[in-house]
Amino acid sequence: MGRYVIRRLLQMIPVFIGATLLIFLMVNVMGDPIAGLCGDRQCDPATATQLKKEFGLDKPVWQQYLTYMGNVFTGDFGTAFNGQPVTELMSTAFPVTIRLTVVAIVFEIVIGITLGVVTGLRRGRPVDTGVLLLTLVVISVPTFVTGLLLQLLLGVEWGWIKPSVSSDAEFGELIVPGLVLASVSLAYVTRLTRTSIAENKRSDYVRTAIAKGLPRRRVVTRHLLRNSLIPVVTFIGTDIGALMGGAIVTERIFNIHGVGFQLYQGILRQNTQTVVGFVTVLVLVFLVANLLVDLLYAVLDPRIRYA
Amino acid sequence: MRGATHAKWVACAAAAALTATACGSGGSDSGSGSGDGGAVLSSSWGDPQNPLEPANTNEVQGGKVLDMIFRSLKRYNPETGAAEDMLAEKIDTSDSQNFTITVKDGWTFSNGEKVTAKSFVDAWNYGASLKNNQKNAYFFEYIDGYAATHPAEGGKQTADTLSGLKVVNDKTFTVKLTQKFSTFPDTLGYPAFAPLPQSFFSDHAGWLKKPVGNGPYTIASYTKGSQMELKKWADYPGEDKAQNGGVTLKVYTDNNTAYTDLMAGNLDLVDDVPAAQLKNVKADLGDRYLNTPAGIIQTLAFPFYDKKWNTTGSEKVRTGLSRAIDREQITDTIFQKTRTPATDWTSPVLGAEGGFKEGLCGDACDYDPAAAKKLIKEGGGLPGGQVKISYNADTGSHKQWVDAVCNSINNALDNDKACVGNPVGTFADFRNQITDRKMSGPFRAGWQMDYPLIQNFLQPLYYTNASSNDGKWSNKDFDTLVNQANAETDTAKAVETFQKAEEVVRDNMAAIPLWYQNGSAGYSERLSNVKLNPFSVPVYNEIKVS
Repeated sequence: MGRYVIRRLLQMIPVFIGATLLIFLMVNVMGDPIAGLCGDRQCDPATATQLKKEFGLDKPVWQQYLTYMGNVFTGDFGTAFNGQPVTELMSTAFPVTIRLTVVAIVFEIVIGITLGVVTGLRRGRPVDTGVLLLTLVVISVPTFVTGLLLQLLLGVEWGWIKPSVSSDAEFGELIVPGLVLASVSLAYVTRLTRTSIAENKRSDYVRTAIAKGLPRRRVVTRHLLRNSLIPVVTFIGTDIGALMGGAIVTERIFNIHGVGFQLYQGILRQNTQTVVGFVTVLVLVFLVANLLVDLLYAVLDPRIRYA
Repeated sequence: MRGATHAKWVACAAAAALTATACGSGGSDSGSGSGDGGAVLSSSWGDPQNPLEPANTNEVQGGKVLDMIFRSLKRYNPETGAAEDMLAEKIDTSDSQNFTITVKDGWTFSNGEKVTAKSFVDAWNYGASLKNNQKNAYFFEYIDGYAATHPAEGGKQTADTLSGLKVVNDKTFTVKLTQKFSTFPDTLGYPAFAPLPQSFFSDHAGWLKKPVGNGPYTIASYTKGSQMELKKWADYPGEDKAQNGGVTLKVYTDNNTAYTDLMAGNLDLVDDVPAAQLKNVKADLGDRYLNTPAGIIQTLAFPFYDKKWNTTGSEKVRTGLSRAIDREQITDTIFQKTRTPATDWTSPVLGAEGGFKEGLCGDACDYDPAAAKKLIKEGGGLPGGQVKISYNADTGSHKQWVDAVCNSINNALDNDKACVGNPVGTFADFRNQITDRKMSGPFRAGWQMDYPLIQNFLQPLYYTNASSNDGKWSNKDFDTLVNQANAETDTAKAVETFQKAEEVVRDNMAAIPLWYQNGSAGYSERLSNVKLNPFSVPVYNEIKVS
């Protein structure tokens, strides 16, 4: 197990370097970031040169990358154009997005798995057909449509919630945005669980468990569910990263000042430091989430443990 | 059976959670609702791009705050746009080049410090000095000694202060300009010329966290990137005291969300109605929708550094293109009348006295397909047989109107390949291509005035090598007329000469004027006396909250 974890950790290094280098190149290829800083007029050349020097943009890209990565390892992500250190932006943005992601994941787990188990156990019944239809609708409607619709109905028409989230972004306010963010993944989780449960229901070990006279609840939770969850855990695990990065749309609709907001602003203003910094952290989140998924496999199915 | 109960439980939990949020969010917003002059209003805001320093703020969002927390020597009348004395007791000159400025007594910053002549001189020196990276440094370029404090690219800075500024005593300072500039006093209402307290220099980082000024509002709290709370400054010495208790500026990434918040009663003021809502806004808000002219003009500029666009007779091609654009139709259908077809190169907010001259463009701005065809033919046809209009596709509704302009040109010329749009991914890249002189055809050029003067609509844009002369147009007659106008001591005469210069722009069609932009705003029933100033920023201090 220990060797397995170490091997996995070592594999992360080239992925991390490759991903950050790519992002760094992409942002830099878009042109001179200083050019857009002065609005619809040309920046005064002397000031522009000075700013470039200050942000280190006058050096060759490879040198910029090396300096940047060197700084990142000491925890310095550079300064955004508005004079704020990127780490300060992160410290305000990430907690909000993490809260949003937690809400979304909880929805996925609670609603998704419950619906999946329910429908998987009653395949072909009206409940199953109903939920299947519902998930089909959710998957086929884009998130921004669901988001705007809920915002309009719950926020403006019925007045149940505030259409936008305040700057504190407490858990309560994030329930609807979290649900919107989770919606598509939630539908997938439901379908995955359903198929998996329906398949394993007929397997030998379930039959054995029933034959032993175990109570139904125990059969379902200990025997059926544990084995059926492997694909679901994979999905949810990789989804953590996707949710954090993909929150751009949801965060914009509900005006949540999280990672999506900062990334959007950064891209719009071509702010290299912000974009690369946030993406770097997101890459790390992806990698760690994947690692956790692999480790969880081992917990769920001992046979995979030494793979 | 069991499944059904599960589903029910989940639905109930979700519903309970929803109602809980609704309950929790009810009364938190308008805590101090009652009582006149004490109530706080909330308004939409965008995240300022630069640190909030007067000489470093060149976009509307930061400018909005500066307008609330600073008062300068002059102030532009929110209705007429005329520059009126604010902190200036008098500004004297005998030759339009040397000015003696006297500051009024009794003004302080909100931290109690007195506003003196030194507050201005220090602030201006700071703004001009290259090492402070101030993006509005060029506002000080007419002051003597600017070249030493802000050398051109590659040069070495030899001075930290402008030799043209001298403090005479607590109340008085003198300004020496490098050239005659008759309307210089009228430029002093621009935020870059605001005075700064000593704390700005002694504790710069602290000041940036919570700026201190001398305007009708003080900053109570500032969470960068999300919200700023401004409170009425009770001891504000000026006459334009705040009529409300304060303003909470909330950052929105998407003006659609701001508009939705306004509809839900969660926000009081939106100063940028999203294009998608323009159709419903009248029905939604009725009288609470404002649509008033702002000092913004959209034009199409040409790359005069490209030989194809700089031949003799090419002005006929440009005029022909101008005549092929049906401005009326485009402003009606795409902009829902939030833009007005342009008939000169300035803006209606200047007023006739300030230099706006309706119809100065004449025939050249009238839609006439036949004349357009004829002119373009006479001028030697479109360079390369096709024009590509470049624009940045990341913000605004530029794509829609560029496509419409091209459509109009194609229809007028009976050639569906005469004009195509050329989108550029980001604004920064767009600016990049302009600065690097890589444009090969006309491109979008917007101009938002710095101060309501005809000079500001002409000199920065069309004077040889001027800061925003993106097309690199150069014309001796125009330059001479602008110099003459600047040297004129009589304002009316100066304006007249500027208009003569504008006629040179017209005759050469240095840029095609498209339309004047309006400012738009919508507000809740709680507010009254809301208006937009000529910069399309709400006049916050006059808003009343009930």
